Amino acid sequence: MSWRALQLWYQRKILPGFGLTLGITLAYLSLIVLIPLSATFLRASALGWDGIVHALTSPRVVASFELSFSISLYAALINALLGTILGWVLIRYDFPGRRIVDAIVDLPFALPTAVAGIALTAIYAGNGLIGQPLAALTGLKVAYTPLGILIALIFVGLPFVVRTVQPVLEDLEVEYEEAAASLGASRLQTIRRVVLPQILPAILTGFALAFARAVGEYGSVVFISGNMPMKTEIVPLLIITKLEQYDYAGATAIAALMLVISFVLLFGINALQRWSHHIRVAT
Amino acid sequence: MSSAVVSPIPKAHPTVRDPWLFRIGLITMASAFLLLFVVIPVWTVFHEALAKGVGTYFAAFQDSAGRSAIGLTLLVAAIAVPCNLIFGLCASWAIAKFQFPGKSLLVTFIDLPFAVSPVVSGLIYVLLFGSRGWFGPLLSAWNVQIIFAVPGIVLATIFVTFPFVARELITIMQAQGSEEEQAALSLGASGWQTFWRITLPKAKWGLLYGVILCNARAMGEFGAVSVVSGHIRGLTNTIPLHVEILYNEYNFVAAFAMASLLTLLALLTLVIKSFLEWRMRAAPTATELPSFG
Repeated sequence: MSWRALQLWYQRKILPGFGLTLGITLAYLSLIVLIPLSATFLRASALGWDGIVHALTSPRVVASFELSFSISLYAALINALLGTILGWVLIRYDFPGRRIVDAIVDLPFALPTAVAGIALTAIYAGNGLIGQPLAALTGLKVAYTPLGILIALIFVGLPFVVRTVQPVLEDLEVEYEEAAASLGASRLQTIRRVVLPQILPAILTGFALAFARAVGEYGSVVFISGNMPMKTEIVPLLIITKLEQYDYAGATAIAALMLVISFVLLFGINALQRWSHHIRVAT
Repeated sequence: MSSAVVSPIPKAHPTVRDPWLFRIGLITMASAFLLLFVVIPVWTVFHEALAKGVGTYFAAFQDSAGRSAIGLTLLVAAIAVPCNLIFGLCASWAIAKFQFPGKSLLVTFIDLPFAVSPVVSGLIYVLLFGSRGWFGPLLSAWNVQIIFAVPGIVLATIFVTFPFVARELITIMQAQGSEEEQAALSLGASGWQTFWRITLPKAKWGLLYGVILCNARAMGEFGAVSVVSGHIRGLTNTIPLHVEILYNEYNFVAAFAMASLLTLLALLTLVIKSFLEWRMRAAPTATELPSFG
């Protein structure tokens, strides 16, 4: 037993309340989270392998998964690029209003998704502030098309990359960049070879978080997407549609698959965060 | 969600300063991105809500269905937030102050609700308590309704806001250690005294931080609540659900008026959050010991 473990073991002896607090924690966690989630998997398994495959391979379900995952991927990629730029600008450059800009990055976390949904729809509709000139100039329609879903998913994923990249950029030692510059590297070479490798794990973590959020997002999308089966119907909406049609088997099968995907993403994100932490400690 | 506070920028050596054109370009790009995706949507909410004047705006709140939606949202938050607060305090005490096998798994489990789609968060309770759910027959025999009623809305809200307070407190209490608690106990304080006078004052800003984020999400949740609510006007509609109904009825002024309440809540939450981040960063590392008197 290491010294630290011994210390903690000793602490358990003198600090009270371990049994009570752990008991409440486990009971509440089980009742609210673990039992309902396991019940969903049990309900799905009651459908049998054939039942699950049948429910998940109908063309409408496949189309919604393709739509949700492809658009979430594009949205997360755009967030990775623009979020990194935003993080860089906020940490490295001084300009008027920097603090306010930093504070409003969190707005998509704080603004209820339904509010974001109706606001974005109003802006990008055919008679909207941006929708109208865009349609007149380019003929491009945003609201009620996959492009509208992309806009909503960029909105909800916006803070993730910024907030994972910012602390890493802040801890970055400028000396490495100075050394690279003094050895003759151009600024772009320095950014690509010295800065980018150090912030890459953080960018990937933010990307994965934004992607995970986008795949499950509902409120901001349903207003702007138009919800046409096979065309603009995202997976979470299809679950609700199935429930409203009393197709519990279909809804449960889709939900179970979504849960598996969420958990895989969560473990991936945890691994990325450990890697990111490891790199920060090592440098 | 990490709390980032902009700190002053250290004067960098000229060799590592980006060319000014590059700097201006990136600042413009970042600002345009935020303007397009954050500022314009928020401005739109108020613009649409006030499109037919201040009178129409305030008339939207005279509606009885609107008022009951506001009441239900306040009620749901008033139950869900304290539940998750008590859970957060218990979980952080057990996890930050003690060592036990399976601890990191427990922390991962606490984070699970953040990974689950809001719609699935509602569905899991329908599968348990709905009329065709596991406990459906039992509940109808007892004449208890959970789904399409207020208890279901509370449950779904508790689920989606589950990790907020706990993860904030766990991080803070792990960083603070428990030397001061041990000192208090060795000087004869009881467990409760130690908690109220040492642990709670040390963690108060983090606790408030978790509570306001939890509250903002509890009042604004849409997807999970939408699945379990049944959308009964005047009975099971929270503000976000009422916004949806008004919007689908083409009553845009009323929809955006209700939405403006939630937007004001979001802006207020951000202001308090920035203040708390500033407090937490300004807090001295060695906390002042409260006097025992």
